[in-house]
Amino acid sequence: MQVELRDLYDRFRDPEAMRALARQIQREVQGLGPINIMEVCGGHTHTIMKYGLLQLLPKEISFIHGPGCPVCIMPKERIDHASILAAQPDTILCTLGDMIRVPGSRGSLQDARARGADVRFVYSPMDILKIALDNPTKRVIYFAIGFETTTPMTAALIDQVVKRGITNLLFHINHVTVPEVMRELIDSRDEHIDSYNNRIDAFLGPSHVSVITGSRIYEEFPTRYNRPVVVAGFEPVDLLEGVLMVVRQFREGRREVEIQYRRSVTREGNRRAQELMERYFVKRDLFKWRGLGNIPKSAWRLKDEWRELDAEWVCGYLLPNREIEDHKLCICGDILRGMAKPTECQVFGTACTPSKPLGSCMVSSEGACAAYYRYGNLL
Amino acid sequence: MEKIVSLAMGSGGKESWELIERIFRHLGNDLLKEAEDGTPLPSLQNPLFTTDSFTVSPLFFPGGDIGKLAVAGACNDLAMMGAQPRFLSLGLIIEEGLELRQLERILRSMKRELALNGAQVVTGDTKVVPKGGCDGLYIGVSALGERKASISQRNIEEGDLILLSGDIGRHGATIFAAREGIELWNDLESDCRSLWPIVEELLESGATIKAMRDATRGGIAAVLNEWATAQNVEIEIEEEKVSVRQGVQGICEILGLDPMVLANEGTFLLVSSRDEAPKILEILRSHNPEASIIGEVKGDHPQRVVLRSPWGTRRFLDMPSGEILPRIC
Repeated sequence: MQVELRDLYDRFRDPEAMRALARQIQREVQGLGPINIMEVCGGHTHTIMKYGLLQLLPKEISFIHGPGCPVCIMPKERIDHASILAAQPDTILCTLGDMIRVPGSRGSLQDARARGADVRFVYSPMDILKIALDNPTKRVIYFAIGFETTTPMTAALIDQVVKRGITNLLFHINHVTVPEVMRELIDSRDEHIDSYNNRIDAFLGPSHVSVITGSRIYEEFPTRYNRPVVVAGFEPVDLLEGVLMVVRQFREGRREVEIQYRRSVTREGNRRAQELMERYFVKRDLFKWRGLGNIPKSAWRLKDEWRELDAEWVCGYLLPNREIEDHKLCICGDILRGMAKPTECQVFGTACTPSKPLGSCMVSSEGACAAYYRYGNLL
Repeated sequence: MEKIVSLAMGSGGKESWELIERIFRHLGNDLLKEAEDGTPLPSLQNPLFTTDSFTVSPLFFPGGDIGKLAVAGACNDLAMMGAQPRFLSLGLIIEEGLELRQLERILRSMKRELALNGAQVVTGDTKVVPKGGCDGLYIGVSALGERKASISQRNIEEGDLILLSGDIGRHGATIFAAREGIELWNDLESDCRSLWPIVEELLESGATIKAMRDATRGGIAAVLNEWATAQNVEIEIEEEKVSVRQGVQGICEILGLDPMVLANEGTFLLVSSRDEAPKILEILRSHNPEASIIGEVKGDHPQRVVLRSPWGTRRFLDMPSGEILPRIC
């Protein structure tokens, strides 16, 4: 039997299944009142936008687009580090995909490349091994980004560097973690309105992050915060089934972690990937998120024993550590808590646009503000 | 040892003549033979002039090479405005070290493509740049054609239908796959081809075509948005009518790209009135069974392109901007 690519996704994009799930949600949400679901991950936001899912769903269901896009939440300070490192002589700076588009205070990595820096984007961190081996006279720096999905890939690359004794490859680690930012959103004081309020009733847990971490990392949310979490896949049928499972929890008075994305996610996750991460990384005390500020224990750094591979240590004398304030009027924090709509922000569409973003919600097409900006009159 | 292009071949002396001789051997014709610093041309009815440059990397890819692409690409710009390609200028910027064998292979495919268009190279220039000065070979082509019908985006108006000549994104996906060394789908090859033959057939059928555009860089998303903006109309597309082959979809799934913004080098969009569309579609389908009527011109959201999904939702299709970068989440 030959397996075709479409066998892997066709049924998860089946129009009939999508309409049937939407009808079922409509039936079961009756009498429950509004439910605000935060889809934590940018991948889910992309699916909601791309497939126009909001138009299928009853008015009771709202999405609060979460902070789960590693590109969007990268603060200017870190992007500046990358620009400075890229501008050093005989240096090749590598990173993933659309990271090179996001501006720091000295412009984006694309700008740095236009000024002559050797900036390359790779699809897989393992590609960087070849770049380092092909360029023995250059210093190659990996500006490593991403949630738990990409962290093990960085760890696997480090593992190769250590085992092969490669000396011209350094790491600037910006890997962030999901549960800490979820907790921050429902458990921290909002400066603008001076309250602990948020309107997040339930979470759709990320798909690929959960493949690595397992669903157990979300167990505090039903027990401590009374919020259901459903780990859903990225295809539209997955996402709609995930919403239905959330609605059912409310209907039946349950608050649990459930897995919709059973074809890939278990409670325990990928133990080998977790071990690899733990071998090389340790949590930072604080990490700043664009638009959200400093969040405790929300990111990894290289352990001290590997610091000769750490660009922040080796090149530390080049890298400023002064904090750059987010724009005072930026209300990304409120938007991410569901307390404000993008249009309520004073800089929305004026000082803050997709081509000149201030806060994380405007940075990528998956942010709530960028979506409002581009699709406003169709939403 | 492989014979390669050397800097000496660009210095105007004996070696330069040897290089030019090789090019003549493939592309020579009576007009080129007579050429001095310029070439006298016969007069043309309704002349149409265009120019394009080609820097594709890799030089050879499944379905074509930079030579085929250059001739087809420049001639297609003429064909899409209803003009028969006639005379081309050719500028070659060659990186020192390019294998002559490769250059000849490229010249041979240019010759084949010129014949398909009934066009000739009538003037040219060659430069050799030091290693690193360009990426193998860059080609600049200007092309002069004779316009047979007045086809222009200015003719587009509300109520017209949008036709697509085949499946989308093959050239872009092929180049991405070649650069990334992804070899998973054997149906993946560039749609690179000359469009004058099919345009000639359409014109000879007597069908009235309002506008045509080959969906090159920026894909069909760019062309549709350009039309919507230029004519202050809405274009509504039914997503399921837009055909995407397995291999292209696969590359997009793996790399996080959207087929709507991937380049095509043969697939084109066409606008006609509702009455003319069936006749045109029949001809398009005889060349590619995946040709389809994909949408219509409306007025609700001026200057926007709206995609309708099979499950009844709608969204805007944006003008692609910046370099095509994969989404990481």
